[in-house]
Order: sequence, then structure tokens, then C-alpha cells
Amino acid sequence: MIEKTLKGKPAYWIWLAFLGMFMAIGAACYVRQYNFGLGMTGMSRDVSWGLYISQFTFLVGVAAGGVMLVLPYYIHNYKEFGRITILGEFLAIAAIVMCLMFIMADLGQPMRALNVVLHPSPNSMLFYDAIVLNGYLFLNILCGWVILTAEKKQVKPPKWIYFFVYLSIPFAVSIHTVTAMLYCGLPGRHFWLSAIIAPRFLASAFAAGPALIVIACLVLKRVAGFDAGRKAMDKLVTIIIYAAILNMFFVGLEFFVGYYSNIPGHKHALEYLFFGLEHHGHVYNNLVPFMWAFVILAFGSIALLATPLARKKNDFFLGLGCAGLFLAFWLDKGIGFVLAGFVPTPLHEITEYIPTANELGITIGVWATGFLVVTLLYKIAIGVEHEVEEC
Amino acid sequence: MDKQRRKFLKIAGASVVAGIGAPAIVKLTSSPALASSAGHAPAADVHGGHVEEAPKGVRLGMVIDMRKMEEQPGQLDNAIAACINAHNVPQFPDSKNEIKWLWKAPFENVFTDHSGYHASNKITDTDFAVLCNHCDDPPCVRACPTQATFKVKSTGIVAMDFHRCIGCRFCMAACPYGARSFNWQDPRPYIKKYNKEFPSRMKGVVEKCNFCAERLALGKEPACVEACKGTGAITFGDLNDAKSELRAVLDKEFTIQRKSTLGTKPSVFYIV
Amino acid sequence: MYNKGTIIPGLIIFVLFVTFPIWFNGLTTAGDLPKPELPPGGEKQCVMPADYMRANHMQLLNEWRDNVLRDGDREILEIDGKKYPKGLQMACMQCHTQKEKFCDSCHTYAAVDPYCWDCHLTPNEAASKEATH
Repeated sequence: MIEKTLKGKPAYWIWLAFLGMFMAIGAACYVRQYNFGLGMTGMSRDVSWGLYISQFTFLVGVAAGGVMLVLPYYIHNYKEFGRITILGEFLAIAAIVMCLMFIMADLGQPMRALNVVLHPSPNSMLFYDAIVLNGYLFLNILCGWVILTAEKKQVKPPKWIYFFVYLSIPFAVSIHTVTAMLYCGLPGRHFWLSAIIAPRFLASAFAAGPALIVIACLVLKRVAGFDAGRKAMDKLVTIIIYAAILNMFFVGLEFFVGYYSNIPGHKHALEYLFFGLEHHGHVYNNLVPFMWAFVILAFGSIALLATPLARKKNDFFLGLGCAGLFLAFWLDKGIGFVLAGFVPTPLHEITEYIPTANELGITIGVWATGFLVVTLLYKIAIGVEHEVEEC
Repeated sequence: MDKQRRKFLKIAGASVVAGIGAPAIVKLTSSPALASSAGHAPAADVHGGHVEEAPKGVRLGMVIDMRKMEEQPGQLDNAIAACINAHNVPQFPDSKNEIKWLWKAPFENVFTDHSGYHASNKITDTDFAVLCNHCDDPPCVRACPTQATFKVKSTGIVAMDFHRCIGCRFCMAACPYGARSFNWQDPRPYIKKYNKEFPSRMKGVVEKCNFCAERLALGKEPACVEACKGTGAITFGDLNDAKSELRAVLDKEFTIQRKSTLGTKPSVFYIV
Repeated sequence: MYNKGTIIPGLIIFVLFVTFPIWFNGLTTAGDLPKPELPPGGEKQCVMPADYMRANHMQLLNEWRDNVLRDGDREILEIDGKKYPKGLQMACMQCHTQKEKFCDSCHTYAAVDPYCWDCHLTPNEAASKEATH
């Protein structure tokens, strides 16, 4: 099936070359970082995790979001998702590839990464994160490939694969739960120390992941003549809206706990994110525009997606709503959540984080790699679909 | 025949998997982290962490008497200089790259859960000594995915193995005391003088105070304690030894710990 | 035989390529055996026989590292009246003071790049910024 990636229209090759260019830039930036050390980034003693880990956190969600297609199709036998389930699985593969690349980019000593396996530490959440992430990657490759092969041969998938399909559902939930537990089990970081983090992560994941799939379907409809079906898209949008509303509800709960209890530690990070935090006469507020953009985009997109305009008539508004929501939750989880946890520092100082150009280069390079992986995988999936239709 | 062959292959496959997996599982279950969590149940911290575990083994600790520190101005600076010299701690000019083992900070930064409202001048004008608390229940050790940071059973010191650290900085996020520093770049150009008895660090690993484990092994006191010798500003010893000088000070004086409500059980005490 | 003209030159190029290390070493001096310089102080005794050290010094160092750092076992070895505290800097480099002429000679030959000296100070490095206590 891999041969399907080798044939395509010029636009396909131009797109791959475009991504390849950013990948090359990312690789060059990484070589610089590898040789000099993580001092090439904007991270500091006080804000010791930056863009890499926040992208990782967000992309784990995108990967987990694929389960919103697998679950209705395999558990509830919702037939409309039959054509697009494979898109969810393949998106998950690309997202996890990005996650693992971001983790590697973030390590101070990447050559020692295997120490996590050589010296297993069951007390560390990172140990479990490594297990579930790699497990989920493996499950998606296995299930996606076996089921697509069966489709190509026009036979029923082998029975044993269903065990792994069902197994992938709890794995999807676990990857994002364990990723939340990286944060919410740390004493002394008030913003992260909240039991709602895992549900909130899952809610935003179940909105952002499917939103990306809707966008992918709209693109594939235009460039590859692949129609996911209006009914399937409509159901996806319903899932997206509910998940997005839940996420906003959970964010609101954080505000209630902080501001009603009036405990300063619970308010600091929220104040820093949304209003600017005053400290020794200086107001620290470099994330405020991002967070308000998140709120406005999220509510605006939910409203747009809920109208018939986006649902029944117009692909453009559907795409716009999904893109807005994806961007909103990227701002929330892919920027705000991780960075605000470090404000204030354990010694109640405030340090702000601004990524460097080199760091941005690596980040864009990893995203480009993810898009390349997803392009190639979708090329295969669509190629098989077309082949089957022609028969 | 065919069926039997299939069965044989299944059993053979299963035993190969078991054979490869068994050592990993044995290693996993024999890890000190699991053994210690199964071995005993920690005493309940009902009063916000002030009830500590019953004595068992050696648990090195420290009392820093800020009254004595104030009596001799410059005392704390001497201790910090001794620490920097002993451990080849680099001196970066910017706070982004800073490496700190023992340093000083105002009361409001060190004791963030104590109110500074109408605090006495004595408190607001003094800089406090800050270092790793060598907690009895350290969150950094819990977070580390490679056991590169761990508790030394024979001393209670929270130690670092720089050879094993992968530089994930999970421990830095986990430490509620800001005691850990990361080598964002090669530290050597920023080391002023070398102590040839001790290594430097390399880029990409986390470091922090080690309670001078290397000096203790030679029968010496920690560098900061030695620098304050005779002033009584820092008392060092075994918290679990009822006859130690450290316990005598703790029995006599009112002491506080940093962020005791978090249940980490710090081994560093302060007399304000 | 078909395509004789392509196959035979192709095979020759392949064989030349595969045997590159052999003839390259034969033609150049890259294959000369290293001659590590023995301790300048003339010490003849080590913690283990020379044969053992040559083959296993890396395992011994790893063992010492775990003893000292992880197990808190810093027992000082005493061999023929000479004391060796466990450690690269504390024991090895006391006699083998010239890392560049001892360690590097073989490591370069074997193309290994151990990260020991990223942290541990060679006597030369330590002398470059001497601490004055």
C-alpha cells in the first residue's frame, strides 16, 4: 500500500516539498540546539518547560481525539463513521510521532533517553506516559494497517484485530489522563494541582482532535475527491460542540474555585493568564492577549458551529468554525496551561518566557513532520478507498 | 499433526516472551521505590506536616540560626562562597542560566506561606539561606523517570546521579522549593576556580545541593557548615539521633520549615 | 550473460567499497596501534592487573560510580600500601595525569568518545583555573 504515496498530482509534490523545507529548517535548528544545549531556547531556571512540552501536551490531546471516531463506530456500530475512522487512527499516529519528537527535542541529554527503559521507575508519571504513548502508537499502526489491508482486499478484517481496536479506546483515554497526571500530581504548583485537569484535557482533546479531522475531510473533499458524508460530519460537529462546551465549563470551574475561595495561590496563575499579575510594581501580562483570543475564538466558534449556516449549507463556515476551535484550544493548552504553571516560581518571583527563533524553528519543523506523516498516511487511505470504489 | 505444531509454536512463542520480559519485571518489582512504598505506611500528617515519622536510620538535617547569621554580617556570603568553591558551581551573570546550590533570598520569598504583613524589621531586612531541603518524602524523587535523583538510604540525602540524568526537568517542576538548577549550556566557562577534588557538570543535566556527601565521606563537615564554624549559625547532624547536637538545638529552640503543609518533610529547619 | 558491461564494473565498485577499511588502513597510517604513555611518575601498580584494566576499566568505573553515588559505599581501596579512593579524578588521574597521552590515544584509535571528561577534570584542566584555598 505504501506505493500509493509515490504517485500524485504536482500539487501533492509541491505540498510535500513545502513541508520538507520546514523540516529541513527544523533539523538545522535542532543541530544547533544539540550542540549548544537547551540554552538556545527561551526556557530558564524559573520557566523550565516551554513550547516543546506545551506542544507535546496539546498533541497528546489531538491523538486521543481520534477515539471519538473509533468509539461510535466500533462500540455503537455507528456506520456513518465507517469511511473516516481510518482518518482518526492515522491522525493519531501523526500526532504521537510529533509528541515523541517534542519530548526528544526537550531532553537535555537526548542520547540517554533509553534510561527511562533501562531504569524503570514506576513512581514516575513519565514512565507510564512512555508506556501508554508508545502503546497507543503501536495500537493505531496495527489497527489502521490491518483494517485498511482488509478493505483493500475487500474481505472482513480478521477477528483478532477487534481485541486491539477495543483496547485502543481505554488507551486513548489513558494517554491524556497520564499526561494530565504529569502536572496535577506536583505539590507546590497551584495552577496544575487540580483534579479537573484530566477531565479538562480530555474535553478539549475530544473537541480539538475531531475538529482537525473535519478540516482534513473538507480539504480531502477538494483535493482528493473524498467525501466523508454529510451525516458523518454533522455527527462529528455535534461531538465537537459538546466537548468544547464541557472544556469551557471546566475552565469556568477553575475560576470559581480560585476567586470564590480567594486563596492567593489559586488565583495567581489565572490572574497572570487573563488579567496580568502585578508583582513589585510591575505587571506581568505577556499571555493575556493569547488567553482572551482563546476565550473569544472558543465561544465564537461554538456559536458558529451551532448555527445551520455551518452545519447544513456552507463548508467554508464549517471549516472556519473548526479551525477557530482548534486554534482556541491550542492557545489554551498548547501555550497557556504549561507556561502559567510556572507563575509564580516556588520563591514567588515572576519570570516570563519568550521562545527564541531557534526554538520556533524546531517547533515548526516538528509540526511540518507531523503534517507530512498525516499527508502520506491519508494518501494511502484515500488511495485504497478509490481503488475499492473503482472495482 | 498440524494442530499440534501450531500449539507448540504458541507455547514456544509465549515462553520466549516470558523469558525476555521476566528480567524486566523482576527488576521493576525489586526497585527500591516499590519496596519502600510497600514496606511501611508513613505516619499520618494530620497537623499539616508537623508530625513526622518515627526515627529510623540516619536522616541528615540542618538547623540554620538566622539570629547568629545576622550577628556576623558576611557569614552567609562566606558559606555560599565555600559551597561554590567546593562544588565547581558556575557563576552565570543572568538569572536565566543561574545554577544555585546554596543562595540567599528575602523572608517573603523563602517562606511564601508565612505572612509578611507587619513583619518585624528583623525579618524584612535579612536575607535567608536557601538550599535543597533533602526532604524525607521528596517530590523530585517521585517524579524522576530514571532514578537519576534518589534518596540515599544510609544518610537520607536526596542525591543526584549526573551520569544518568536525561535532562527532562520533571524534578524542577516537582520541587516546591526551587532548589534545582538545569545546565542550559556547558557550565565550564563560567566556573571561576576549579576544585580538583570534585567534578563539574555537563550541559543538559539538573543539579542541586548534595549536603556535601563527598566531604562527609572523608569525615569532614559540609562546606557551608565548616565556613560558619564556631558561630553556631548552622548546625548539622542526624535528625534521628536523639543525642546529636542538632537535636539539642531543635529541642531547645522554636524552629520552622519551608512549606511544611505540602507534606514533603523538609530536613532543613530555620530559627528566625 | 546479459548486461555484462554494467554488472562487472558495478561488482568491482561494490567490492572496493566494502573493503574500503582494509585497503585504506593499508595505505595510510590510520591503522597504527596506539601507544598509550604510561604514568609519568613511573608507577607500575594499578588497582587491577594491566590486562584486566585494558579490557574492563569501563565496567570498573561504572561499578565505582554506582558504589560511590548510589550505594554510599566510598570505601577507600588499599593495594600494596597505596590508597585509592574510588573515582576517576580521585584515583586514576592521580597516576595517569596525562589524559591526552594516555586515555585519548586508545579512545581515538577505537573511535569511542566517552563523556567522562565533560564533567571530570583532568589535571591539566583543573590547573587551568587553580583554586586557591
